[in-house]
Amino acid sequence: MSYIALELTDLAWAALLVLIHAGLSLALQLGLGRQILVATVRMIAQLALLGLVLEALFSVTSPLWTGLAALVMILFAGREAVARQARKLAGLWSYGIGTGAMLIAATIVTTLALTTQVQPDPWYAARYAIPLLGMILGNTMTGVSLGLHTLTTTARRERTAIEAQLALGADRWTAFRPVLRDAMRSGLIPIINSMAATGLVFIPGMMTGQILAGADPADAIKYQLLIMFLIAGATGIGVFSAVYAGAARLSDARHRLRLDRLAAAKEDAPKR
Amino acid sequence: MAARGHDTPGLRSPMLTVRHLSRAGLVEPVDLTVAAGEAVAVLGPSGSGKSLLLRAIADLDPNEGAVSLDGDARETMPAPRWRQKVAYLPAEPGWWAETARAHFPDAEAVRPLAERLDLPEDVLDRTIATLSTGERQRLALIRLLLQEPPVLLLDEPTSGLDQTSAAKVEEIIRERLATGCAILFATHDKAQAGRLAERCLKMAAGQLSEAAL
Repeated sequence: MSYIALELTDLAWAALLVLIHAGLSLALQLGLGRQILVATVRMIAQLALLGLVLEALFSVTSPLWTGLAALVMILFAGREAVARQARKLAGLWSYGIGTGAMLIAATIVTTLALTTQVQPDPWYAARYAIPLLGMILGNTMTGVSLGLHTLTTTARRERTAIEAQLALGADRWTAFRPVLRDAMRSGLIPIINSMAATGLVFIPGMMTGQILAGADPADAIKYQLLIMFLIAGATGIGVFSAVYAGAARLSDARHRLRLDRLAAAKEDAPKR
Repeated sequence: MAARGHDTPGLRSPMLTVRHLSRAGLVEPVDLTVAAGEAVAVLGPSGSGKSLLLRAIADLDPNEGAVSLDGDARETMPAPRWRQKVAYLPAEPGWWAETARAHFPDAEAVRPLAERLDLPEDVLDRTIATLSTGERQRLALIRLLLQEPPVLLLDEPTSGLDQTSAAKVEEIIRERLATGCAILFATHDKAQAGRLAERCLKMAAGQLSEAAL
């Protein structure tokens, strides 16, 4: 495989484009100059750091370090997944459920892919495990986040409907069924959309990367398909576990609706 | 134990027994009983805790205390089973599907009660959103009665109704009493309490006390 390596000067030329943004913001008084600058600096710092970490990880090929890096990624993903929710479960429950669901989903799917499909030697080689996990986690995170968000907001909105069923003697899973359905659907729609639009509306980033790196398009497409299947599988497992665990926490063994387990509302919850 | 309680006087055995029921919103633990065929009214202004009491008996909110039906403690049965027997009708009933029909497993069974309560003939074909508050309240009562629960916990069962409809609901409540139902109902209407109940309790600021009819 051959690819064209980039020089720092190449990047500097591209970075000029961002400076044009900053200039536009100044000229039009958009007040975005600072944000653009901060975001750009963050991106450069984070990616440079990632480069160092990845090089170190690739050179040691230790299951311990690969596992540790994976765990750190999952913990960050858990934090991101709950950060954007308007109404969270009180205490550590939202974080715990979101992170737990992603831990289960990402571990199952990544391990499956590494041991049966990609099969690097050794199977835990960080060069394969970490990028795979990253792609799977990024998408699962979106699904889990949307699923939990829909679960809590819909349970609040549909309080009287849920309690009407409970009061008539339905168990909590029956009473929660419409809410569970909505939450599952909103968690899974992004991946469904993305599968449906792939190749028509956009060329996926990983495939683009492989083609730029000199890979045969047919091979790049096979890899992309594998990744999409893995992402879809992980998102399904993650959303399902998170939504059902969330619903279990929003109800109790006496089949009551427990909205009191939601944290108090923040006035202006951050939205994506 | 019954010293402070609001117990059924005389020889009738209690159907619903509530002992030391406490929950958030109630100032002190509640003791009360309702006998088969007896109606007990809980009077009090809105916000005084009437609904909190009924919801706690139905086990819809976390609460503590000993509640039993015919001697069977609430904890000995799954909560859904308990609520099928000790059925709670909220003042503003909820709906989980778009059409009225979807809330009834047996549409034919609805008709006789719907006719008696002056509901429009096509009521089941309507969407919930197009029904008036009063129509929804009567329909929810039917939904509850069709399960034939031995104990009814009714929260302001006629609050959204005009006098004619309210009278018809009261008539149906009386029929249920005659068949041996135990009924505990919340109302802010003293006259209604007098018409239906044998005994009357008063709820004020989360405290329950005996009241004259």
